[in-house]
Amino acid sequence: MSKIHVSAVVNGEPIEYLCDPAHTLLDVLRDQLGLTGSKEGCGSGDCGACSVTIDGRLTCACLVLGAEVDGMSIGTIEGLAQGDQLHPLQKKFVEMAALQCGVCTPGVLVAAKALLDRNPDPSETEVRYWLAGNLCRCTGYDKIIRAVLDVAADMKETAR
Amino acid sequence: MAAANGAGRILAGGTDLLVQMRAGVVAPGAIVDVKRIAEMTTIVEELGGFRIGAAVSAAVIGEHERLAQAWPGVVEAVNLIGSKQVQGRASAGGNLCNASPAADSGPALVAAGAMLTIQGPKGRRDLPVEKLHAGPGRTTLEPGELIVSIVLPPRPARSGDAYLRLIPRTEMDIAVVGCGVSLAFEGDVCTSARVGLGAVAPTVLLVGDAASALIGSRLEPDAIARAAAACRAACRPIDDKRGTIAYRTKIAGVLLARATAIAAQRARSH
Repeated sequence: MSKIHVSAVVNGEPIEYLCDPAHTLLDVLRDQLGLTGSKEGCGSGDCGACSVTIDGRLTCACLVLGAEVDGMSIGTIEGLAQGDQLHPLQKKFVEMAALQCGVCTPGVLVAAKALLDRNPDPSETEVRYWLAGNLCRCTGYDKIIRAVLDVAADMKETAR
Repeated sequence: MAAANGAGRILAGGTDLLVQMRAGVVAPGAIVDVKRIAEMTTIVEELGGFRIGAAVSAAVIGEHERLAQAWPGVVEAVNLIGSKQVQGRASAGGNLCNASPAADSGPALVAAGAMLTIQGPKGRRDLPVEKLHAGPGRTTLEPGELIVSIVLPPRPARSGDAYLRLIPRTEMDIAVVGCGVSLAFEGDVCTSARVGLGAVAPTVLLVGDAASALIGSRLEPDAIARAAAACRAACRPIDDKRGTIAYRTKIAGVLLARATAIAAQRARSH
C-alpha cells in the first residue's frame, strides 16, 4: 500500500512525514520522528501512557492514525519543557516524587497540563476524574493528584 | 467505500476501529476518514432542536452549553464513554455504529427520540435510532450507508431527560445496565415519556410499556412501580462477568426509578 504524505506541526515545529496508512500517530511519533517520550502501554486507549494533544484536545496517540493529522497541531511530552526549563508540573512531580517507574509519567503530565489549561483551579474530584484515563501501577495515584493540585495552588498564588 | 467492495471501514473517532485493527478483528481494505466532512463534524440548532454531526467528538458535545441545557441526559451519556482521552475522539455516531448493546449513548438517544440521517448510494433516509441495532456488533445499515447526523427534537417547557448506568467502579467501565428516560409534563401530569434500556438485550431497547405506565400519571409510587416492572419484563439479558441475568433484570427497574426522578426534577426547573 502506498504511503501517505502528512504535513503537521509537532510541538510548534512544522514537520512532514510519509506514513503507512495503518500506522498510528504513536508509531509515527516514536519510530519516525524519534519522539519516544510518549509510551505504548496498552495500545487500545485504556492506559493513557501515549497521551498527546491534537489541536489542543487531549487524546491517546495509539487511537489516531498517523495519516489523520494532516494540517493539525500535535503536542507531546517533549513540548512541555522550554529548553532546559522544566514545566511547573514536571518540577513539582520531581519535587514531590509523584512518579516511580516513570512509564505513565509523560502521559500523566500531558493530561494534567490539558486539565490546568482548561481549568486552572480544579477540585480533587475533578483531577481524579480527569486523570481516570491514565493508569499508574506504582504510585497509588495519591502523589500524582497532590502534585497536580499543588501546581494549581501555586498558579493561583502567582496570579494574585 | 464502493471500490473497497465491502472491506472498507468508516473512520470517525477511531476509538473502536483502531482497537479492532490492532486486535486483528478487522483488516480494512480501505479506511475513509469522515472528519473532514463539515456536516458530520458540526452541531447546528435546527427547527428548535439539534442536529449533531455523527463524527462530533464527545468532548465537543459536552462543551455545547445549549445542547447540555436542552438534553442533559444525552450529553451525560455521551460523556460517560471512556476516558477524557477517548472523549476527545469518540463520537456518538461511532458509538451507535459499533452496536454494543451496552453502549452508553444508545439508551439516552432512544429515550430522546433521536432520528438518524443516513446517507447511502441510493440517497438519504431517516431512521429512528431504536431501529439501528440488529444485534451485538450489527446494524441495519445497508452496504455503503453511513450515519451523517443525529437529530434531537425540540424541547417543550417542563421537559427533561436523564441517563444512569450501573458500573462496579466510578469511571472507565462498561455498563452492567444503562437506562435513559425522557419526560414532559403539563402541570404535574406526565404527558409524554420515553424509556431506553441498554445492556439487557442483544440491542438497545425502547420500552413502550414503561412509558405508558408513566404517561397520565403524576409519577406516584404506583406508576413508578409499574414502569419499573415493565422494564424488568422487557429484559432479555445474558449472564457474564459483569452481571447475572437476575441482577441485570432487578437493576433495570432500580435505574428506571432513579432516572425518572432526575428527569422529572429537571423538567420542573426547565
